[in-house]
Order: sequence, then structure tokens, then C-alpha cells
Amino acid sequence: MQKNYIIAGVGGQGILSMAAIIDVTAMNSGLYVKQAEVHGMSQRGGSVEAHLRISDSEIFSDIIPLGEADCIIATEPMEALRYIPFLKEHGTIITASKSLINCANYPDKEVLDKELQNKIHCITIDADAIALSCGSIKTSNIVILGAASHYLGIEEDQYIQAIETLFASKGADIVSMNICAFSKGREYKN
Amino acid sequence: MNKKLLLGAEAVAVAAIDAGISGVYAYPGTPSTEITTYIQNSAEAREKNIHSRWSANEKTAYEAALGMSYSGKRALICMKHVGLNVAADAFINSAITGCNGGMVLLVADDPSMHSSQNEQDTRMYGKFAYLPLLEPSNQQELYDAVKYAFDFSEKISLPIIVRVTTRLSHSRAVVVQSDKRPQNALNPSTQENSWILLPANARKNYANLLEKQTQLLEESEQSFLNKSIQGSGNIGVIAFGIAYNYAMEIKTTHALDCGVLKISHYPLPLKTIEAFVKNYKTIVIAEEGYPIYEELLPAYFPHTTFVGRLTGALPRMGELNPKLLGESLGITLPVHHASSDIVVPRPPQLCQGCGHRDLFEELNHILEKYEHKHVFSDIGCYTLGALPPFNTISTCVDMGASITMAKGAADAGLHPAICVIGDSTFTHSGMTGLLDAVNDESNITIIISDNSTTAMTGGQDSSGTGKLYDICKGIGVQPEHIHLVVPIKKNREHNIRILSQEIEYKGVSVIISQRECVQVAIRNQKKS
Repeated sequence: MQKNYIIAGVGGQGILSMAAIIDVTAMNSGLYVKQAEVHGMSQRGGSVEAHLRISDSEIFSDIIPLGEADCIIATEPMEALRYIPFLKEHGTIITASKSLINCANYPDKEVLDKELQNKIHCITIDADAIALSCGSIKTSNIVILGAASHYLGIEEDQYIQAIETLFASKGADIVSMNICAFSKGREYKN
Repeated sequence: MNKKLLLGAEAVAVAAIDAGISGVYAYPGTPSTEITTYIQNSAEAREKNIHSRWSANEKTAYEAALGMSYSGKRALICMKHVGLNVAADAFINSAITGCNGGMVLLVADDPSMHSSQNEQDTRMYGKFAYLPLLEPSNQQELYDAVKYAFDFSEKISLPIIVRVTTRLSHSRAVVVQSDKRPQNALNPSTQENSWILLPANARKNYANLLEKQTQLLEESEQSFLNKSIQGSGNIGVIAFGIAYNYAMEIKTTHALDCGVLKISHYPLPLKTIEAFVKNYKTIVIAEEGYPIYEELLPAYFPHTTFVGRLTGALPRMGELNPKLLGESLGITLPVHHASSDIVVPRPPQLCQGCGHRDLFEELNHILEKYEHKHVFSDIGCYTLGALPPFNTISTCVDMGASITMAKGAADAGLHPAICVIGDSTFTHSGMTGLLDAVNDESNITIIISDNSTTAMTGGQDSSGTGKLYDICKGIGVQPEHIHLVVPIKKNREHNIRILSQEIEYKGVSVIISQRECVQVAIRNQKKS
């Protein structure tokens, strides 16, 4: 078994927290994990990506080879599209529907949606709305993770455990908000 | 068994604590920063009283580590590749003095220049100083290599270099810790002649260093970090450091019959290479960095064909990856979904609420009336002032160059000669340049854009916080030409007036444009 995921978004959207949750679930399931991430310059409102690889045998490359990503999990639709050369032929994109426009020549929303839907199996979610219903828009990334969790081959309670561990230092309210976001994301049907 | 999910950088930190260091010395620099921050946040490191405060620059860091080693204790030094240029004087000469307590220099290179101004290869520095260099390919190896490096350093009485690249430093994997060593007791060196590099001593020490090369080579030949995987085909890959991962990814996924030799320990183990090379007609040389050994190896093995970055089998510059290694071995990775041409770049930008923004707006307004609109700048978040909507700055070369370049430009007759430097960059390498300008009464205007942190690398403490005015005054800037301004909207007119007036003053003036980094402010608010 080997699974490859690209997690993509914009600096500040919680890409690395999403990756950390998957990492911990995979490690606790006794799997090999490699996760390459971007730090430094790109965090200032630029594109951020993490390459995440999970396997039951040794993983060599920290970067996912072209054409071998099972999923692209994104917190922003244009960022989802940025990495499609990495996607497997029948791979899936799970992305937040809402655009974050902080650069010149951002594509027209309709063109963008069409590009995403036409080519690929793509699930889009109004993650902000679901996150708000759980108490904070900041949990949008966890909503996306919940929706993506069906494709990742890890048991649901493993995620809940990882969220509890990783957010424990931030207090019980934050933990329950994130569990709510994860569960509602997981229930989401496109 | 203690298993942890660690970034490569964090694996270095954990290994150094487990190896019994008494201090880490560093200046922040992507992709090396997380090593020191990990140690700063470690309860275990605090308990063991491990020194971990940031140094003013890489040279002061290196020298302090050398002093700790002189005293018999173990020290780790961390920096990014270009930081070693700053520390190079201390570094090269530490190969001549040798060390007492174990000393490991961790350098993080940045091929593809993700956050750097060049992609220089630290392996060159290893050769230059005649010091051993280790280049592990994964997080576990990195942990093991750092621990081994401290032992080896004490055995051979030389500093050991460990080279990582961005990809390894910023990639996470599971690391298993091994035994913890106690810290060394105070045991200052009594070999005084070896530490006093008068020519007579230096010659002896250098001869000694050259003599040690045989032993260093033997150590490379039997290193646990090198690994040979024989293949049945005509092609062999010599993969250096992390390139091994990409070679193995392609070999295993596509069931290739090529052999793979992983080299992660220098000086180059020639016997190991000879034993491998003789089995193949063609050797692909995969180096994550400069084609250093691709240039050298053909002379040793004239009957073998070598291909790599110099022949076009791999690109001449930039980071390697599975696609590139695949192509060098005749494998094209499939692209099922072509890149979409509606996707546009999303460059990094200054945060909303950042004081650099207001400063650049003020400067742009002032410069409108001048023919020469040049602003010499430096390395930090404010380098983003090069991008729209500001397009304010004209240069960014190396730490501290803004002040000295503005000085040279003023010497040439350029007016206005304005420079913008950050607070941390100023104390890193700007103060000596300011002294030159003061002594020469240069007609320059220095703006220290002071956000009271080392922001670009994530908000580490800045050495000069609260001291900048006194430093400038102490260096000799006339107090009436040192101004403190706060770059916020309501002060705009006032700040423009002060800046304009000082630009027209014929001498050195310093404007400290001071506003807390918005990211640090948010973080502090969360803490309280």
C-alpha cells in the first residue's frame, strides 16, 4: 500500500496542520510517513504545498513523483489546480470552493470551476460555511480534511485522536470545534 | 523505543541533545532555523542548561562554539549555506586549530533557491577546509549522522560538517532515538600552540591536518552512511546525499536493473567508488548541488562514460527530483493532467498591517521628485519591497550590503543614496558598514526598518532590540541626525518631512522606522 497526497493552499490557511493530523494518524497506524513542506518566503500569503506520502514499505523520495498523487486536498481552488500534473489519472481533488484573491490576473470564477470540474473528479465544499457552523471559520481546513478523509484509507477514530492530541494545548473548546469541523466535513456529500 | 515524527531540522536538534551538547550557536536562516528553535523550546535542553540564544551572526556563532569546544564541551553550530560565507574565516581556520570538545557544523543548503540568493554547495567548503562532511539522505540517517559526527569529531579532534538541503530539512518522517550521552565536563585545552595560529604553529598544524586526511579517507571508505546496491544492467548511478532517494524511487517503481551507489560521507571514498564503477559501462552522477565530483571522476576512470549535470543528462542547476532522475535513466513519468494555463503565480507579500508597507509608501512619495530613484536594500521581509505594488528597492545582495553599497554609490556621486535595512540584518552585518560611512562622512540616509524581530525566518529574537539608537550614536552618528519614527498612516506627513529633510542633509543620517512585526504582535496577544 502506498498513498500520496498533495495538500495545497495559501500561507496562513492551515496547510501544515492538516498534514500534521494525517502524519500522526499514519504513524499511529504503524505506517511509514514522509511529508515535505514549504517554509520561509512562501508563507507570506504565497502558495504553500505539502507532499505527503504514506506506505507500508520504505518510502524513498520526499517529493511525490509526477502523476502519482492519489488526491489533491486544497483550501483554495486555484491552488488545487496548480498541482494537477502530480495527480494520478483517476485521482481526486477535494477543495474549498471559496477563492482567495491576493494576486494579479486571478482566473474568472466560472472558468476556474469549469476547469476543475471538466477534467477531474473534483469535490468542492463551502468549507467556510461549515466551519462557521462549528464556531470558527478558522476550522475550514479541518472541514476539508474531513471531506478528504474518505479517500485516505485511515479509520475515522484515528483522526479524532490525532486532533485531540495536536490541539490539546489550545484548550477543550478548540478541540471540540475542530472535531465538529472534521465530522461535518466527513458527512459532506457533493 | 522512542519514536518521533520529526522534520529533518528537528532530527538534528534531537540528535545534538542526545549527543550531549552544551550549546547550540546559530543565526536564523531558512532552511536551518528550526534546529535552534527546537532546542530553545525543549524542556530537556533547559534542564541540561544547553546554551541556545541566537548569535548576532554566523561568524560570532562559529567562534563562540569554538570557544566552547576549546573548553572541552560539545557544541553545535547551525546556519544556512550563505551564512557559512560570513563564518568562513573562523570555519577554515578551525580546521587548522582543530577542536577539543566535539564540534559539529550543520549547514543547510538551498538548491533551487527556494528562499536564498544563490545555490552554493557546501561540499565545496568541505574540500576547501579539508574537513570531513556528511550528507545523509533521510531523517533517521540524519539523526544517526549527527550523533556519530560528535563522536568522530572528538576522536579526530576536528570539526565535522553535516550538510542538509531544504528538502531534507523541511521534510518529516519517523525517527527512532538511540542512547543519550552525558555532557562533557569543563576541560580546557592545554594544547596552546595548536590554538595560537602564529605562522610557525600554523604550519605545523596544517601539516597535521594534511596527515589526518588518510585517516579521514579510511573513515569514509567504511562509513555506515554509504551504501552499494548492485544491478545487473549496464548503468550505475552514483547518488550523492538526497539524490539517493530519487534514484531509488525510480529504480524500485520501475523495476530498473541499474546499480545504485549512495555516497554520503566525504572525503570521497575512491576505493568504494572504484569497486562500483568497474561493473558498469555508464555512470549517472546525481549530485544535489554543484557537479563537483562529476568534474573529477572521469579523470580517475577514463574507460567509463560519466553523465550528469555537465553532459545534460540532468539539468545544470536546481534541485533534483524523481522526474529528473527518471529522465536520466530513460524513464518518462506520465502526466495525466497537463498544467492548467489559467493558474497564475501567487508570490509572497508583505502582511497587511506591516510597518514596512507604510515605510515604502512614504519613500515612494519622496522619490517622486528625484531623478535617481535608487534604494539600496538588504535581506529580510522588506526585500518584498522589490515587488508590486511597491517596486521601491533596487538591490538585495548579502547581509548588510545595503549600507555599504549606498556608501559606495554616494562616493560615486549618487544622490540620494538611501538604504533600507532591517534591525536584525543591521546588527548581523550592518554596524561595521555604518562605521565606514561615519568615518568617511558619507552623504547617505540609512533607514533601519525596525520590527524588533527576525521576521522572515518566523520571528526569532533580534540582537539589537531596544539598542539601535545607542548603537548608532555610539558608532558616531550625530544625535540630531538619528530619528525615531513610527510608520503608521497618521504619522505619514511627519515621517515624510523627517525623511526628506535627512535625505537633503549632507552626511550620515539614520532613521529608525519602528513598528512591531504584526505576526509577532498576534503571537504575543495569543500568549497573553
